[in-house]
Formats: sequence, structure tokens, C-alpha cells
Amino acid sequence: MSIFIALPLIGVFIESFYSTQPVFETVDVQSCTPGFTGQTCTTETKSRPRFDANGAPIVATSFIGVQAYRDLLQPDAVVRAFGPDGGGLWALLSIDFYAALRFTVTFTLITLPLVIGFGLVVALAVNSVTRKLRGLVIFAALLPFIITPVIGALSIRWLFIGDGILTAAIRAIFNSNISMFAQGWTIELLMLTYRVWHVAPFAFVVFYAGLQTVDQDTLESAIVDGASRWERLRCVIVPHLMPLIVFVALIHLMDSYRVFEEVVGFSSQAHRISLQFLTFNFLTPDQTGNRAITRAAASSMLTMVGIVVLLVPLITHAWRTQRGRR
Amino acid sequence: MKKTLATALFALLMSSTAHASCSFQNTVPLKSLTAAFDAWKAVTATMAECGNVRSELDQDFRTKQPAAFAANPSLYHIGGVSNGTLVPLMNGGTIRPLDALVAKYGQDLQPNQLIKVDGKIMSVAMDVNDQHLMYRTDILQELGIAVPTTWDEVLDAAAKIKASGKVAYPLGGTFKPGFDLGLDFTNLFLGFGGQFTKADNTPSINSPAGLKTLEMLKKIAAYMDPEYLVSDSTFVQKQFQQGKIAIANLWATRAAALDDPKESQVVGKIGLAAAPAAVKGGKPATTLWWDGIVIAKNITDAEADAAFRVAIAGMGESTLKAAPAAAVWLIKGYTPTKYAAGAVASANGGAPPYPSSTVYGLVASAVGDGAADFLTGKKTAEKTLADIEAAYLVKAKEQGLVK
Repeated sequence: MSIFIALPLIGVFIESFYSTQPVFETVDVQSCTPGFTGQTCTTETKSRPRFDANGAPIVATSFIGVQAYRDLLQPDAVVRAFGPDGGGLWALLSIDFYAALRFTVTFTLITLPLVIGFGLVVALAVNSVTRKLRGLVIFAALLPFIITPVIGALSIRWLFIGDGILTAAIRAIFNSNISMFAQGWTIELLMLTYRVWHVAPFAFVVFYAGLQTVDQDTLESAIVDGASRWERLRCVIVPHLMPLIVFVALIHLMDSYRVFEEVVGFSSQAHRISLQFLTFNFLTPDQTGNRAITRAAASSMLTMVGIVVLLVPLITHAWRTQRGRR
Repeated sequence: MKKTLATALFALLMSSTAHASCSFQNTVPLKSLTAAFDAWKAVTATMAECGNVRSELDQDFRTKQPAAFAANPSLYHIGGVSNGTLVPLMNGGTIRPLDALVAKYGQDLQPNQLIKVDGKIMSVAMDVNDQHLMYRTDILQELGIAVPTTWDEVLDAAAKIKASGKVAYPLGGTFKPGFDLGLDFTNLFLGFGGQFTKADNTPSINSPAGLKTLEMLKKIAAYMDPEYLVSDSTFVQKQFQQGKIAIANLWATRAAALDDPKESQVVGKIGLAAAPAAVKGGKPATTLWWDGIVIAKNITDAEADAAFRVAIAGMGESTLKAAPAAAVWLIKGYTPTKYAAGAVASANGGAPPYPSSTVYGLVASAVGDGAADFLTGKKTAEKTLADIEAAYLVKAKEQGLVK
């Protein structure tokens, strides 16, 4: 526990307060580039790193306090946004971090009920299929879950992008030209649909297993008491499945708060980014070969805080029911 | 049995003729990491014939190279770079000066192939590249439009093409956020006479030139496929090949593919010209690039020796013979093909070299990430530029370039 979880966490936490940077000097550099007839040589004043005796760049580490968190959260810009003529929420959402937070949270909260709902419906449907066909149906229903997320996202993207098969088909049938990748909300819709399609089978399998343990006597006595199908579902089956629903919700919240594959697969970064993608972007070397490690550390710390906040209600719920049972 | 023997003999014959196109037999195991476009395919194919060379061609080389070359021993001996991607390697101090090796083995190199930084040869260039105008000759002729020389003329032409309904979208362009959009912004910004930073490295992007650039990008985008924010070089190339667009500013290395009957429906209908100017009478609004090789520092001198010889062989005559149209080569004996016309015209028109420096690298990253917010209508032009400057300042302060 302490080596694989606590230690890295503490390391990242400390990292977010220190900045390591090369030491630059300003010098006149003459550089020559090829032309067609000869070379063009120019002398410019440039900033370049200083090197030590071995030719390695000299770096300096300094304590920067909460600067990385300030750069991410931009408190000044937030205050300005809600001041007079600030633009309010709209201006707030134009700051990268809050745009990513908005998308991540809505993505998580919208997919959650859909995944649980679809999982339950499919589980109930499969449960009422004749035994002969059940194996086949379960296998088919599980397929989306088996696909690697990035690959799945890419294949959906190719169905819709430019003159993808589906875009072309829709144009041929309805004679209207749709561009799913031209505006943010259509991409977001695709991402939501894709995630629900991808994860619902997981919920289905868990619920289906739970359905096999529903007490048949209780169900039969409910029928004798004249309970309708809907009442049986609401008062017998769902309460029986409740611990499993909480479990699926927990896993799904943790999973979808880390949404990343969809952003890469649908290349939505011009319109929608997620918190994980923001961290990834900081860790990608920019055109000078540098990674913004400090800001990446700060952003992953904030992501973790977000997950904890989301999970608190569910974990306390599970805790209470456990204690109640004892 | 006879058949296998014959096959083996045939293979042996083939390999010996293949060896003939590399002037020496390499015995040191070598690895290279380069980009994956046609010119690199040709060069690495020749390198492979020298023997014992494993080449990795990867369009994500720019993110892999700095870390791979910083390892000791370096994970690759030979690296393919351009003026943009040389900077991280120079800053990391992970590549070696080539003066001694050039003196020893570089008799066949042309003087303008040698990339010198501060008096030392750090790279050997093999080709030059730029984004320039490509257009459908048949459509322009039918509509009586002259080849545009400024972006305003391009917009006029686009309006006429749109009215005629000959193609789905009149214009194409590499507008994908990140590197592509950043470069489009840079090309126009320099064309409007802009300066990215002041002497103390503080930004001056939020300027009249910056505003004009954003306005122009938006006007161009209005004539493009509405999904233009996912459009990279390959996307534009396909749009051309499938006859969906009529005009685009695209990389010189993509020109030959538009005339390839195996993948293109518009063979023989493509014209090339200098990149349009941003202002009337101005220089072509594009930047000149070169591609070349570097040799890692963290390898033995014997390995560096072999690596340099192999790399030079890869940039030799046999590559030129095998793929004369894959690039605008700097190799000795190259005569420009018709696909070089646009690049030559841009260079002769005075297009500036791509600004390769640490400061500009940070600017390009900030611009590439930020400019899309104006195109999607999320922010006003002034706010977009102010945010780009703020993003640049955060990075520059983090690296200690701005106090």
C-alpha cells in the first residue's frame, strides 16, 4: 500500500511545488540554413540553455509555492469573470481548467444513470429470454465491452468524420448534410453515446449475476399479493440489487472521471477537453522539448481531489449500510 | 528442392545488387528515428541497403526524440530532424557536432546542405519544404480566374468557385489545433509583418498583425469543410485527391501524391504556385523548412563514424534516382521536377526561414493551442490573443526566459 499508492502520491504532491528549469543565457548565435542557390546565414540574439563541462544542460530546481495551482485555477481571472462586465459563467468556461472540469463532471453525471439504466434493462431482458439462446445473447451484449476504448472511439470517429459511411448514408437518405465534428455539442453527444455503449455491458453482467440470486419465494408471494410487474421490479428486484448498483456506480464514477480515450479518439481538443487530457497535454513535450511537469503534478492532484469529492456520498452510503447490517 | 534453391539463389542475387546502391558494407548495428513521409522512406530504404540498419519511421518522432537521445547510451544513432525539431535536441545537448565527420566523409555534400549553429555543423540537410499554393487548373481555367497571389485574391476566387458549385468546398487547409494551426498562424502573422516577441522575450502577439491574422484565418475557414478543426496534412491531401476542394496551401512533399493515379482522381489537374502573400506586394506568407539528419552524442565514436557514413549514403545519388519527386532535394545532381515549382517560387519570392528558437517554440505551442477559440466563436479576437500571450508567459516564466 505505502510503496505503490502513498509514496507516488506524496511524490507528485511535493513535485507540484517545485519547478526544475534549464538555466538560459542570452547570446548572439549565427545560424545558417539552406537556400536553393546558397546558404542564408543570420546572426540573432537568442536565449539558449547553458551547458556544463560534460555538455549536459545546467538545470536549477526552485520552490515556487502554489504558483502551479494559481496558473491552473487562475483565481484572478475567475474574480474578473464574475465582476462587472466579466462575462460570468461563459468567461469562466473559456479558462482551460474550468472547461475541462465542466466537461468531465457533466460527462460523468450524464453517463452514470444511462449506464445503470441500460445495464438493468438489458439484464432483465436477457433474463427473460429462453435458456437456449441466453449464452449467445450474453456474448453479443458483452462485445462492446471487449473492444479497446481508443480503438472503439477511432472506429466510431471514422464512421462520421468527413464523408464517413454513416455521414454519407444519412446524406443519401435524408438529403441533409450533417457535420458531426464541426461543433462542440455534436462531438460531446458522440462521446457520451460511445461511453454508454461501451460500459453498459459491464453493468449488465453484474446485474444479470445479481438477478440469479433474487429470492423466488418473495417474488411469488408478491404475485399472489397482486403486485404488477412494475411494482415487483420497484419493491423486490431493485432493493435486492441495490448493493450492486452502488458498486457499479462507484466503479463508473472513478472510470469516467478519468475520461481520456474519447478526447484522443474523437480528436475533440479544439472543442472539448477533460482533466486527464489536460494533464497529458502538460506532460507532452512542447516544441522546445520541455514538459510542464509541475503543472501536470498540480493538475493530477486536483483531479484526485475531484474524484474523492464525487465518491464521498457513495462511500458513506455503503459504509452506513455495512454498519447497519452488523 | 530445386525450387527452393532457385529462390535462395535469386534472393542472394537480389541482395547483392541491392548492396550495390550503398557504396560500403556497414558492420556496426545502427538505429534511426525519423518522420514517416515519402522523402524519409526513400532515404531510410537506401540506408538499409548498407546493412545492419534498423529504421523507425514515426510521425510522432518529435515527442519521442528528445527523451530517446538523452538516454545514455542513446536509443538511436541517427535522427531525422527539421528546423523546428532541431531545437529540443540542441537545448538538451544530445547531438554531436559533425565538422570532423564532414571533413572525413562529406566530399559529396554541397556547402548549402551543412546546417551551422554558432559555427559548428550540427546537421546535414537533405531537402527543403514549405507550404505553398496548390490549385485545380481545370476549375480556375473554366471560371476564368487568374492564379491568386494574395490571400484576398484567394478569397475572391473561393467566392466564385462556391457560386459555381464545382466542388463541395472551395478551400482546404491544415487547421488542426496544435502544430498545424500554429504553423498557419505563423505563416500569416509573419506575412502581415508581425513580431512574436520583444527583445526581453515578452510577447507582442496581441498586435494589429495578430488581429489581421485571426480575421484572415476565419475568412479562409468560412470556405472550408465545416469540420476543418480536425484537418491535418493527410486530410487536405485526401480532399484534393477526391476532388472535393479546389485551392489549398499545402506541403510541397504532398504535391507528387496528388498526381499519383493509384490514389488520386485529379491526376494532371493540379497546379503549383508560390504561397499567397498576406498583403498586396508582400512576400509569400509561408516559412521555409529543411529536413536533415543529426547524430547522437551519447554513442561511441566508432558508432558515430558508421552512423554518419550510412546517413550520408542515404542522402546520396541512389536515393535521388529511386525517388526524384519525393521532395525538393538538396542532394548533388538534383534537377527540380515539376513538383518543386511551388517551393522554388516561394523561396525566390523571399519567404523567410521557419523561426527555430526556444522562444518561438513556446510561442508556437501557445498559438497552436489557443487560436481555435476564436475560430469556434468561443472568444473575441482580442481575448484570444490576450489568452495566447498569457499561456506563453506561463510557459516562459516556468522556464526562466521571462523574469
